[in-house]
Amino acid sequence: MSSLQVELVAADRKVWEGEASQVSARSIEGDLGILPGHQPLLCVLAEGEVRVNSGGSWRSAQIDGGFLSVDHDRVTIVAESVDASGMGS
Amino acid sequence: MGAQIREYRQRIRTVTATKKITRAMELMAASRVVRAQQAVRESTPYARALTRAVSAVATFSNEDHPLTTEHEDVRRAAVVIMTSDRGLAGAYSSSVIKESERLVAALREDGKEVVPYLLGRKVIGYYRFRHREPAAEWSGSSEKPTFELAREVGERLVADFTTPTDEGGIDEVHVVFTRFVTMVTQEPDVIRLLPLEVVEGEEAPDDDDLLPLYSFEPGAGQVLDALLPKYVNARLFNCMLQAAASELAARQRAMKSATDNAEELIKKYTRLANQARQAEITQEISEIVGGASALAEST
Repeated sequence: MSSLQVELVAADRKVWEGEASQVSARSIEGDLGILPGHQPLLCVLAEGEVRVNSGGSWRSAQIDGGFLSVDHDRVTIVAESVDASGMGS
Repeated sequence: MGAQIREYRQRIRTVTATKKITRAMELMAASRVVRAQQAVRESTPYARALTRAVSAVATFSNEDHPLTTEHEDVRRAAVVIMTSDRGLAGAYSSSVIKESERLVAALREDGKEVVPYLLGRKVIGYYRFRHREPAAEWSGSSEKPTFELAREVGERLVADFTTPTDEGGIDEVHVVFTRFVTMVTQEPDVIRLLPLEVVEGEEAPDDDDLLPLYSFEPGAGQVLDALLPKYVNARLFNCMLQAAASELAARQRAMKSATDNAEELIKKYTRLANQARQAEITQEISEIVGGASALAEST
């Protein structure tokens, strides 16, 4: 199975970039999970946690609302401010 | 001892002290300008992602948004002016102010009322001295702008833009800032921030990089509602970062020439002091010789 190329971007820096098998985030309409092969999507995120399953372990970051775009297994999560203390290295 | 030598030495001492200060400021600006350039670079992934998303929505939906529609009758135009908080940066602030005055005059000629929004103590002082009332002012972080400030300014501008003109709203927003071209060239520039025109990146997209047919969640309208204010903030933030880098580069250059100038002055005064000392010695010798020969003649 293919994997997702994930980019987590804050206003003043790129927070994290890497491969992942699953991404979950909270949109303003409810929780949202992205797996490889998802259809192109542009979605508004609410304040909350973004979780990325990379290499079998979950990393998480707090965002203050933003948006998420998916196309061709490339996921870009964009938020104005990101608390990345749970992202590891 | 000649009062002249003392005076020259005093001047040398003061110039040396000044030189130390300007040299220190030059070095500080030089190290900060690198960091400021880095900040500009680090903000590009965010700006790129936003631009891509906004153009995706714009391409696949015919949504009209208040922030992108031109007001029919433009009566009040906002001008955002970005200068530095501190001086000693050569012509940096004054060239931005000059550019803004040109823009203000042009807008007035078109019969528009100008509403100034000021960033940086220099332009605030300029307006206060002339008793002009700004709509809003921010200062304190021109060298190292934070995204929070950009958000604050952006929210204020968007709020005023969406207010009807009769209730103190504005119909368009221009930003005057200094574009950082290279380390040696920074030029004052004007962009129109609102109503928005989405600028695509310079490079044309490749064939396989065509924007896919996105589905929007919850809907194209809501996505646009959420994106456009962020887009405004991101563009403002980018302007502020470029202005900060330009300010530091301008300060570095100004301080370098001040240091060079001080060196030149020290050299000049050292020559003069040496000359004065030599003249004094010569005079003393001729006095002694003259005195001795007068004594010899009298006996």
